[in-house]
Amino acid sequence: MALAEATLVKPKASSDDIVMRAGIAVVLILLALFVAAPLWTLLSKSFHNADDKWVGLDNYIRYVSTPALMQSLWNSLWISLLTTAIVVPLAFVYAYALTRAMLPGKALFQAVALIPILAPSLLPAMSMIYLFGNQGMLKQLLGGGEIYGAGGIVASQVFYCFPHVLMILVTALSMADQRLYEAAEALGASRWRIFWTVTLPGARYGLISAIFVCFTLVLTDFGIAKVIGGQFNVLATDVYKQVIGQQNFEMGAVVGLILLAPAVLSFFADRYAQKRQVSLLSARAVPYAPKRQRGRDALLFVFCLVIAGLILVIIGIAGWASLIKRWPYNLSLTLANYDFENFDPTGWGPLWTSLKMAALAAAIGAIAIFTAAWLLEKSRGFHLVRNLVQFLATLPMAVPGLVLGLGYIFFFNSPSNPLNFLYGTLAILVINTMAHFYTVAHVTAVTALKQLDAEFEAVSASLKVPLPVTFVRVTVPICLPAILDIFVYLFANAMTTVSAVIFLYAAETKLASIAVISMDESGFNAAAAAMAMCIVFVSLATRLLHLLLERTVLAKLQRWRKR
Amino acid sequence: MPYLEVDRVTKRFGMFTALEAVSLSIERGEFVCFLGPSGCGKTTLLRAIAGLDPQTSGTIRQDGRDVSALPPSERDFGIVFQSYALFPNLSVADNVGYGLKSRRKPAAEIKARVSELLALVGLPTQGEKYPAQLSGGQQQRVALARALATSPGLLLLDEPLSALDARVRARLRGEIRGLQRRLGVTTIMVTHDQEEALTMADRIVVMNHGRIDQIGTPEEIYGKPASAFVADFVGSMNFLTGRVAGPGRITLGDGLAIDCSHTMTPGSEIRVCLRPEDVQVRGITENTANRFPVTIAELEFLGSFCRATLRASAPEVTLTADFSINLMRDLNVGVGKTLDIALPADRLRVFAGEAAG
Ligand SMILES: Nc1ncnc2c1ncn2[C@@H]1O[C@H](COP(=O)(O)OP(=O)(O)OP(=O)(O)O)[C@@H](O)[C@H]1O
Ligand SMILES: [Mg+2]
Repeated sequence: MALAEATLVKPKASSDDIVMRAGIAVVLILLALFVAAPLWTLLSKSFHNADDKWVGLDNYIRYVSTPALMQSLWNSLWISLLTTAIVVPLAFVYAYALTRAMLPGKALFQAVALIPILAPSLLPAMSMIYLFGNQGMLKQLLGGGEIYGAGGIVASQVFYCFPHVLMILVTALSMADQRLYEAAEALGASRWRIFWTVTLPGARYGLISAIFVCFTLVLTDFGIAKVIGGQFNVLATDVYKQVIGQQNFEMGAVVGLILLAPAVLSFFADRYAQKRQVSLLSARAVPYAPKRQRGRDALLFVFCLVIAGLILVIIGIAGWASLIKRWPYNLSLTLANYDFENFDPTGWGPLWTSLKMAALAAAIGAIAIFTAAWLLEKSRGFHLVRNLVQFLATLPMAVPGLVLGLGYIFFFNSPSNPLNFLYGTLAILVINTMAHFYTVAHVTAVTALKQLDAEFEAVSASLKVPLPVTFVRVTVPICLPAILDIFVYLFANAMTTVSAVIFLYAAETKLASIAVISMDESGFNAAAAAMAMCIVFVSLATRLLHLLLERTVLAKLQRWRKR
Repeated sequence: MPYLEVDRVTKRFGMFTALEAVSLSIERGEFVCFLGPSGCGKTTLLRAIAGLDPQTSGTIRQDGRDVSALPPSERDFGIVFQSYALFPNLSVADNVGYGLKSRRKPAAEIKARVSELLALVGLPTQGEKYPAQLSGGQQQRVALARALATSPGLLLLDEPLSALDARVRARLRGEIRGLQRRLGVTTIMVTHDQEEALTMADRIVVMNHGRIDQIGTPEEIYGKPASAFVADFVGSMNFLTGRVAGPGRITLGDGLAIDCSHTMTPGSEIRVCLRPEDVQVRGITENTANRFPVTIAELEFLGSFCRATLRASAPEVTLTADFSINLMRDLNVGVGKTLDIALPADRLRVFAGEAAG
């Protein structure tokens, strides 16, 4: 113990550390295979020709010099901008009414506005066709105009994007500090001034986020343009045509990467906005309590009534049309359109496939993604690998489904890939869905885990209880509500998603959302609407079941929360 | 051989040094408190001893075994955190028995041990409840029972009482200390509350800026602080500036020479410390050393005694003194009154000037 230098300590890994590191390594491999590798293949394909020869920027140059393709790019951009310019103000007023005014039936208004989320994006487009299409009931209203094309796309996109934007803005507007408003009033500011100087700046990050999310949603959505686009080409349909129609994979890759650019940009803008938004609210803030203002409240009530009414009409038209014998000539009711065998040989099959796929993706995803998040949050050391996993877990958020799906065909379809056997199976649809919706599920899990006492693992180690035991006995039971949320989120998205799986399904694994498109393509509009309604019913039932479970089973399992 | 030896333990977080070559040893069965201001490294040292955040360099030996590199699960300790970290979804009994279950003990044996522990911490009938249904003090005891369940050789407590209100805290101090004595388990408790450390510990380790300033019994820490920091941090203390006049003599303020033992070289700047309760007021005669007149500037009533602020003109100093209620009555003390006081030479402690503050 004399004057020798104190020895440096190299901590020995415990058996828990080793188990957790092995787990993280597995997560890394899976994310690398199912997120990173497909995207990488996509990127590399855009620089190669059909014979897999490096051609540098040739494909891009060819893209820029093809007028038809450039036209689509331009079309996509202005449609996305126009939709954003319509949706964001509408949703802002609606969100303002829900959070800052005194309205009767707020919960109902909020629920109705979120209904479009339960349906695939094509549903509003189909309703538009029923109303304004060639056999539309209200076709005369358009004068000589056509619904097929830009107008129809924008109108449908407005419905599809509205709930997504609304959710962001409601969150942004509910985070308000009452004290700011009291201070402004005490200073004698007029209501209008308060709106411009307090309300709007307070929600500005939410607005930025909403604008980017809306723009990306429109840009990368495939279903609406497919159903109602007519001769009007956009990027998303170009990808499909290049790849599925012309087997021109290189050009498909180029278009995919062009789609990726704004999505990545919006991803970073959104991250920036969210970070700022959170730091706005200090722990001592007083929640905003809306006050009654008769004139304003009445105006907002009418506004909400109109919007909610339109949403119900749009959903209702598709539902109604699915029950009609021969639109618009014979309006008597029938269930014949739900006899899917008469329209497509797969019959009801796609719905069962969808249910099976959604259930598998939700069950496996909820367990795997939560476990992965736990490994990431609670392990010690291993920093490089953990940071890498963290990055790969947030990457899918920035990748539109269409682009991910494209990457999947390029990667898994290649005969030299040992994972080639996955191609065309239900498994690849399940995996793709989990990868596509990984980030939100991951963030939900991390948020729940961060609320746990940070010392559970330390206590467990001091008592010599292996960490996996504590994970099962303590962590999972406490986080059960979050795990259920993840399950429902994955399930609902798996039921409605189109863009990623459109490239990946095979005859035996056709999903309900794809059956909607294919029946619509074959001219069986009513059957397509019927299938879309089936998806809506399943999604609705899932939400209701979730609510019921939360109130009963979960409440019982979590009775330790009561004081 | 000491039960726990910490030898030149250093902990760095990047560029920041949280512990700098800390050494100490603890005997078997001792109750030791780590005391110091917020951020001085108490928790860091405790977590290094537990292996939760291993030190950068240095050795920790427990019961003759070098545990420096071992993960927490391979060390022998029980721990209670400030948050208690009770498992909210498990009943009190399951919390206490958590560490026993994985040792594959028969269920009956676990049950018996759990009831024994619950009785030990005074909660014999609360086993079926969930943590959320208990008061803070009760939760604290459950955490203690859980940490003790596996009969660890070392008990680590990180500010176990700081989340409780004053009354409960005072009662639990006695209970924890009594329990520790009965079980004889070597215990380290982290606290920033000097009163807690003084009343509970066999020995106190006073820490400051990642270093140990003094290790000693509560009496030593209080009566013979080894540094101006310790003197200031533990209890109340008067600091008077002065200068060394010669062997056994110092001058206070602007000139009064008084007796005082010290080891400094003549002429050096010093700080002279005296506890308020050591200011002598009674029995002062012509011959009393270190005597001078003061005026009472303020009186603060603190229940069983008064703290007086005294001003002297020669030397020009201000100091505080504690007067018992009894003394106040006897001497008819009041604001503005002038009286003679003396600074007992054996109670004065001298430190180099401007050392700490
Ligand atoms: N993980 C960490 N990374 C960087 N610095 C840290 C970390 N943990 C602790 N520190 C720093 O080390 C110093 C000592 O921290 P420690 O938690 O040991 O203080 P403490 O004495 O327990 O204080 P308190 O009474 O506030 O709990 C502090 O300055 C703290 O900021
Ligand atoms: Mg601490």
